Amino acid sequence: MTVIGWLQIILFCVIVVALAKPLGWYMTRVFNGERTFLSPVLRPIEAGIYWFSGVDERREQHWLTYTVSMLLFHVGGFLIIYGVMRLQAVLPFNPAGQSAVAEDLSFNTAISFITNTNWQNYGGESTISYLVQMVGLTHQNFLSAATGIALAVALIRGFSRASMRTVGNFWVDVTRTTLYVLLPICVVYTLFLVSQGIPQTLGDYVEATTLEGAKQTIAVGPVASQVAIKMLGTNGGGFFNANAAHPFENPTALSNFVQMLSIFTLGAALTNVFGRMVGNQSQGWAILAVMGVLFIAGVAITYWAEANGTSTLHALGLAGGNMEGKEVRFGIVASSLFAVITTAASCGAVNAMHDSFTALGGMIPLINIELGEIVVGGVGAGMYGMLLFVILAIFVAGLMVGRTPEYVGKKIEAREVKMAMLAILVLPLMILGWTAVGVVYPAAVASMANAGPHGFTEVLYAFTSATGNNGSAFAGLTGNTLFYNITLASAMFVGRFFMIIPAMAIAGSLAAKKSIPPSAGTFPTTGGLFVGLVVGVILIIGGLTFFPALALGPIVEHLAMNAGQVF
Amino acid sequence: MLREIRPAIVLLLVLTAITGLAYPLAMTAIAGAIFPAQAQGSLIERDGKVVGSALIGQEFKDDKYFHGRLSATLAPDPNDSTKAVSAPYNAANSGGSNLGPTSKALADRLKEDVDKLKAENPNAAVPVDLVTTSASGLDPDISPEAAQFQVPRVAKARSISEDQLRQLVASNTQGRLLGLLGEPRVNVLALNLALDRASAK
Repeated sequence: MTVIGWLQIILFCVIVVALAKPLGWYMTRVFNGERTFLSPVLRPIEAGIYWFSGVDERREQHWLTYTVSMLLFHVGGFLIIYGVMRLQAVLPFNPAGQSAVAEDLSFNTAISFITNTNWQNYGGESTISYLVQMVGLTHQNFLSAATGIALAVALIRGFSRASMRTVGNFWVDVTRTTLYVLLPICVVYTLFLVSQGIPQTLGDYVEATTLEGAKQTIAVGPVASQVAIKMLGTNGGGFFNANAAHPFENPTALSNFVQMLSIFTLGAALTNVFGRMVGNQSQGWAILAVMGVLFIAGVAITYWAEANGTSTLHALGLAGGNMEGKEVRFGIVASSLFAVITTAASCGAVNAMHDSFTALGGMIPLINIELGEIVVGGVGAGMYGMLLFVILAIFVAGLMVGRTPEYVGKKIEAREVKMAMLAILVLPLMILGWTAVGVVYPAAVASMANAGPHGFTEVLYAFTSATGNNGSAFAGLTGNTLFYNITLASAMFVGRFFMIIPAMAIAGSLAAKKSIPPSAGTFPTTGGLFVGLVVGVILIIGGLTFFPALALGPIVEHLAMNAGQVF
Repeated sequence: MLREIRPAIVLLLVLTAITGLAYPLAMTAIAGAIFPAQAQGSLIERDGKVVGSALIGQEFKDDKYFHGRLSATLAPDPNDSTKAVSAPYNAANSGGSNLGPTSKALADRLKEDVDKLKAENPNAAVPVDLVTTSASGLDPDISPEAAQFQVPRVAKARSISEDQLRQLVASNTQGRLLGLLGEPRVNVLALNLALDRASAK
């Protein structure tokens, strides 16, 4: 570890926190339907869209209608992606002549993108056409991100409203998020990325003759517009197979830094939106502090482990850390930082190969996802995930003193706690359940690329990433098989929607409750004690659930590595 | 609930048209006008022919060129399309080795490459980036140490002085942005192009 490395990490954290407040202010205005500086341009478009699609923007929805609207919207999204993938050979914008994508891979990819996972069983430049990149993937990058934000805002409204039957209008929330938040940022962001060297063209792959006379086919495409929303929307599905490690997806140190920022900014700003909507910004800062503690701890461990290297490297006298599967322009620190960010949020873009990380360096990304990606988290998904843990923490605190717990003026009762537990139990069910199948079913075992405990970690990581809707991978695992295409799709689907439905039930039940003013007996939820309590609850729940699996994978691998064992 | 069906279809199609077609196509037009070179892939031409992209690494095996990092990219086997064969710096199929820290295959590969490099230049420590594969398999850069390490070999193959080469490496070294972000690095293709120009004089 170096001083200059830590300075990069600190600078990153400072900018994320500094952006949270102004962005939170802007986003709150958007979600409340107030005027913004973009309204003169966008308001007519917005009104036209509502008129054309038959949306009455003043009509609010019950939580159940809100949820059903969201599900209907995703059925359509699924059909579009599946359709363009199956038909890409006969559709335009296919200069590389890609043939139709297989049924199981199309199914997996469609589920992957509607759930904001963006797991890459597809190969990017070697599998899909420009049309699929744009109409299939770029479009769903926007809409799955907008959906996540809409759901988080609906849950926040549950806390901020009193005695109401409705939580907002899904169509309005999705449209406003897309038009006022995601699109304007992406337009500027795309141009910045192109200035750094990311291609944005519909032209053919380039044929070059290298200095030594060999032929090199260089894949290009409309990359920058996809990368911008893939990061901002914490989607993470790469234009290219190597994702953000590919020089055309992430050409410079600056593009890398801005990409890391863009993964976190909206998620961090949502904590401020929460504070503003419940009428006390300190409530938002307290939640951001919980996220910050867990984040810094994760960065420190991964950075230390990667800078330290492996015993194989040490035995050969190679200094400079674990550079296997990393790019020179990012080096150890920016690769480690990126890995923690992308898994703390549910982004899943990678600028280094997690499969080649050290055992402990690769364990932190795994833990980040298993804790539910609540450290900033996916846009929206992180916020509602974190609020579920807050409900449990408040419940535990209430049990200690024997009082009905309250949070931001709402009584937390049996229904909320049951729903929160239901949502959180989805993680171990899918992750541990499918991993157990994956390590004994012969067709699945054949997919492992590494032997020994690392092979187990590959399988565990795959189902963790899918269930958490992350999308990063220990990519040695051959995921494009019938078994993994189907099982991973089921993990992504359940991990997304079976978390959302209980969260929305909580939103509906909270919105209907009366708001109680704080009294002397109210547990303050803005101080260090609250932050410590939530961090504790997150670590205890995550630790108890996943420690045995981690012990079989990365922990035993670390011990084997130190003993000089290879597999 | 039934009245949600129309927005579910129409709004989805409208937003798909905006985000999936209008946005990427407009960005392609605008980016192509403002940054034409970058938008096409930062291509480098020499004598009117495209020799590569400034951002994409390419394979160098000849002693008279500086070598880039190891690349684990693959290509379909010409004899059996269900299998893949090694094809370093295949810029149409990026990817890493994905070998883990306790992989025997990785340990063996590292040992072999370290021995080879020690034989080539016994006077310097072997830089780690010269014996590890990059994440994309297309890394255009090596560390300044990795470039300096290769100076004796290239100097011998080209019969130029080592000092002249060290200067060339130094002038092709990019530092950290603002002294803070990223890592110092040398673009191998740019260095080799400069090398060819220097030798032609």
